[in-house]
Amino acid sequence: MRARLTTGVLVLLLLLAGCTGGGHAATGGRITLRFQSLAWQQESVKATKELVKEWNAAHPDVKVEYVQGSWDSVHDQLLTSFEGGEAPDIIHDASDDLADFAYGGYLADLRGLLSHRLKSDIPQRSWRTTTFGDGVYGVPFLQEPRVLVANATWLKKAGVRTPTPEHPWSWPEFRQVTKRLSGGGRYGVAWPLKEPVSATLNLSLSAGGELFHRGADGKVTVRFGAADQVVPRTVHDQANTDHSASPTTLGSGGSDTLPGFFGGKYAMVPLGFSYRQQIAQQAPKGFAWQVLPAPAGADGLAQGVSPQTLSIAEDSPHKKEAAAFVDFLLRPRNMVRLALGDWMLPTGTRALQDPALHTAENGWATGTALAAHLRPAPAQSVRGYPEWKDKVATPAFQEYYSGAIGLAALRHRLERDGNLVLARYQR
Amino acid sequence: MRTSTTARAGQYAALLAYLAFLAFPFLWLVSTAFKSPRELGSPHPAWIPRHPTLDNFRQAFDAQPLLHAALNSLLAAAGAAVVAVVIATPLAYVMARRRTALTRAATGWVVVSQAFPLVLVIIPLFLVLKNLRLIDSLAGLTLVYVVWALPFALWMLAGYVRAVPAEVEEAAAVDGAGRARTLFSVVAPLLAPGIVATGLFAFVTAWNEFFFALVLLKTPEKQTLPVVLTHFIGAEGVADLGPLAAAAFLATLPSLVVFAVVQRRITGGMLTGAVKD
Repeated sequence: MRARLTTGVLVLLLLLAGCTGGGHAATGGRITLRFQSLAWQQESVKATKELVKEWNAAHPDVKVEYVQGSWDSVHDQLLTSFEGGEAPDIIHDASDDLADFAYGGYLADLRGLLSHRLKSDIPQRSWRTTTFGDGVYGVPFLQEPRVLVANATWLKKAGVRTPTPEHPWSWPEFRQVTKRLSGGGRYGVAWPLKEPVSATLNLSLSAGGELFHRGADGKVTVRFGAADQVVPRTVHDQANTDHSASPTTLGSGGSDTLPGFFGGKYAMVPLGFSYRQQIAQQAPKGFAWQVLPAPAGADGLAQGVSPQTLSIAEDSPHKKEAAAFVDFLLRPRNMVRLALGDWMLPTGTRALQDPALHTAENGWATGTALAAHLRPAPAQSVRGYPEWKDKVATPAFQEYYSGAIGLAALRHRLERDGNLVLARYQR
Repeated sequence: MRTSTTARAGQYAALLAYLAFLAFPFLWLVSTAFKSPRELGSPHPAWIPRHPTLDNFRQAFDAQPLLHAALNSLLAAAGAAVVAVVIATPLAYVMARRRTALTRAATGWVVVSQAFPLVLVIIPLFLVLKNLRLIDSLAGLTLVYVVWALPFALWMLAGYVRAVPAEVEEAAAVDGAGRARTLFSVVAPLLAPGIVATGLFAFVTAWNEFFFALVLLKTPEKQTLPVVLTHFIGAEGVADLGPLAAAAFLATLPSLVVFAVVQRRITGGMLTGAVKD
């Protein structure tokens, strides 16, 4: 019925339709590239649009068209565009979303396209986030560590040592501090763990937790060892043993914890670095806040990140020109403008030296000091990770953090159930 | 049977609670739209903004082309509503009045077709529209909305047609009216409330639709309101809450206004002649 109706209506509407073609235009020797940007904060949209304008002014033969994308549903939207051969030439995304597109042949291998300057400016550890198999399928350009945003007045009054990137808290010390700060209906920390898996796995790198282990045969298995248990156990014990972590925020998003933080209910909130923008905007007048490094473990301040990336569609007929635009967009000064707009850290070593990123204001200096410790998120190149995360790890971590199951049960589920899921993807 | 005062009070209390439940998200949206960032971060949220501000609206209009997007939404939604009703009305009449194996099968298929999830059809649909050169065009999007709304519109209108007594048509025939005259002069006016309700359904469905518009439209100037609203949302669900609420509030207004204007006529029309004086 629907098919028949479709045919009928198609005929009807085709008569009325103002048809337009799509794709990558090249008219009269002038090339038009479509750049889909996911910038969303006013400052970053403005910075990105300005850069596009500057490019267009300097390159009359290669016009870049700014297309506003959205983080919401970007994966499905890109997948459909790729399948339909209508993808933008230059694609803004995040490294943890690239695996399927890279393995699916939708993205261009950038190794032969990028300039030496750009390749050498971004550290190898960042390039690893966009390397799938032998190819490089995106340029990692913005990243954010997880930091502790703290009520400075509260910490000062309590007389606790202020951690710095040079002398961070250890995980046991962090637990002690939150215990000391708690009491009277107030909590030392509020963990916003609506998405518990990425937060736990990324922070676990500090304790040497890898969780995913690749064997000699190239297959990945889950092993929830002692190092992997440090962070989850700390959070669990804070929430269920010490009562120094608010039990109500364990299912909340980062923004949801801010009213309680401003209201003096929580002394600290672990958040992504870019949340500072919201805090700066929403904090009550006179509210003193500071950015502290996340606790350190056996591997120091290491933590996993999935940087924002710029990729080029394999179908683009103008890859060289697209790569030149990416190179322009990610010149050190431009990378700084994008980073400031998004309140994130650039990956480029020269951009990271910019004085604007070393000011104490809004905690920039603390975040910048953490850049050298950021590693690829442990799971992003593991095939089957999204299913493992949604079906196994998320409910298991949620139950563990709420106190419904113990560490042994968590381990059992992550390993036994998890490896069954991963095995299906590695036959 | 008389209802006791206590029971009546209970009924009203339940009704009020239900109304409050339905109104809560909208009232919260309105409240948020007029709050400053500081008030949004307040640990003691209030229904009525302490310092009402229009800054969120200003920012929303500055950041995104809301009016243009609203116009695109209006064109697609109104177009879809009109075309869906024009196609669905005669089809629904046939489905309701001619009880053959074919109409029964068609009715069944209409119901079954509602079960297909969006993601199942989006890629084939994208390819079909691409071959027809209807990607990135409001006409293409309107076509999709028509097709998407048709099954339910058909099912809904068929119900209205069944409610019109066949005797009315027989009486018209006895008076010498032909088939076309019966349909246009007798049945159509009686179906008016149903046609309006179906049109509204198609309009609101298309007005609120997000995913097709996201996937099918590429040019920023052609994007519809729900797509533009997502530009206020960042990675991991972080949102620019004030401007988002302001824009979302404005986006809900057309549906509310249309319903407020038409609602009385719909119910009035539905009840006309229901009871013999």
